[in-house]
Amino acid sequence: MFSHAKIETNTALLLVLALLTVAIGGIVEIIPLYTIETTIERVQGVRPYSPLELVGRNIYIREGCYLCHSQQIHPFRDEVERYGHYSLAAESMYDHPFQWGSKRTGPDLARVGGKYSNEWHVAHMVQPRSVVPESIMPGYPFLLDRTVNASDIAQHLRAVRKVGVPYTDEMIENARADIDVQQNPDADTTDFAKRYPKAVVGAFDGNPARLTEMDALVAYLQVLGTMVDFSAVTPQQLKQ
Amino acid sequence: MPTKIEKDSVTGQNTTGHEWDGIKELNTPLPTWWLYVLYATVLWSIGQFVLYPSIPGVRTYFSGVLGYSAREELVQKMQAAADQKAPFLDRIRQASLADIRKTPELLGYAVAGGRVAFAENCAGCHQSGGAGAKGYPSLADDEWLWGGNLAEIERTIRYGIRSAHPDSRTSLMPRFGLDGVLERDKIDDAAEFVLSLSNRATNADAAKRGATVYAENCAACHGNAGAGQRELGAPNLADGIWIYGGDKASIVKVIAESRNGVMPAWTDRLDPAVIKMLTVYVHALGGGE
Repeated sequence: MFSHAKIETNTALLLVLALLTVAIGGIVEIIPLYTIETTIERVQGVRPYSPLELVGRNIYIREGCYLCHSQQIHPFRDEVERYGHYSLAAESMYDHPFQWGSKRTGPDLARVGGKYSNEWHVAHMVQPRSVVPESIMPGYPFLLDRTVNASDIAQHLRAVRKVGVPYTDEMIENARADIDVQQNPDADTTDFAKRYPKAVVGAFDGNPARLTEMDALVAYLQVLGTMVDFSAVTPQQLKQ
Repeated sequence: MPTKIEKDSVTGQNTTGHEWDGIKELNTPLPTWWLYVLYATVLWSIGQFVLYPSIPGVRTYFSGVLGYSAREELVQKMQAAADQKAPFLDRIRQASLADIRKTPELLGYAVAGGRVAFAENCAGCHQSGGAGAKGYPSLADDEWLWGGNLAEIERTIRYGIRSAHPDSRTSLMPRFGLDGVLERDKIDDAAEFVLSLSNRATNADAAKRGATVYAENCAACHGNAGAGQRELGAPNLADGIWIYGGDKASIVKVIAESRNGVMPAWTDRLDPAVIKMLTVYVHALGGGE
């Protein structure tokens, strides 16, 4: 006959049974993580963020953009018709942490890259109502004033490499220089474009002489959702 | 250890039988209906677990007895929607832009579809109804930078202006001040001349001096009389329409620092039929040629 007293008065038995109980929860939650690679679709084109994009991503996180903007297009018709192809796990596999978000006060940003011009983004960040009259987004004009101190960007890339983002030694070596290249429309981008295909190069905030947080954030926004060429994707590749 | 279950005199409930230093615990059971709802949800979850994708395996996941996949369901729903729209969209795909305009039912469909696509993709810059904003030309007037007939509008939507697309329309307004091409006073004179083109010069002498500066530096693109040139997207400087403001300070700024507005290319983002509907919609906004 089952009796509480037997367990409650026997420390060793209590310990073993408690461990067993906790282990079940642990197994259910932890073991699937070992097979997480199987959920990533085999599509071409997803690359690590360029150093400038990575800085922009950090500003995106710092300013809490994810609190109002999701980066996840669900496989529903209404979302696909509005935002484009549904988001893939592969597209955020180099995000640490991912920015899927769970609240859409503003629109989804998973494929905002290329949808607006750089000038639009800058005007919109400074004063959202200047381009979208009905917007309730706060302005971020200070991004234009704050310069980016990117002297530690190589270490930053190295740190992200530690958690699995495949930055090469070449990328890390050129990290600081690549930032300047990406925000200067007159720079030689041959090597940079090889390292970071599809990265948008330009004087994002209109002034290549100064590296501002606006440069970084707009560079990040302009690459969102543009890495995978969906015209070349087959249904087999999308199988998880 | 439950030793002595007794009835509590105050509440009428039984105690659990546990006793700690004289403190006893009431055994108040959960309402029966609540308990059955709980059991029902447990059963429901087992059903869900079996029917739908639920647990990862080593190589793949358990996809459920029903084999449901949100992604496959989406394909079906998109197909169903496409079938529903096909009678009209197929005709729009095959018809020329001019034919769409001539056929009333296609025109009605294209304008309605174009309005929806415009609201999501274009209104962010050109504002609703194509009213335009500072830096973003109005599409509702009959002044066009690159051409306002159906073919030109479609080309602009497809490939954009100064976009990353190889077929993009492109031209470059020089930075006369920043790049040291013109001195400050020459820029001022040129601005006065530009103002004089719309009879707004504040300094007739400066405007006269500016005429030479203009002829040497600006006329090649904007024309001798400031009528502009559509092949280069050079705006008309003699009318009252200004993309970046028509006051003198704005004109000086544009000459000194240049403006090269960018419109994205939409050919990779939007379905060709949607681009056609957008073209017809924009053309119908007021100024179509």
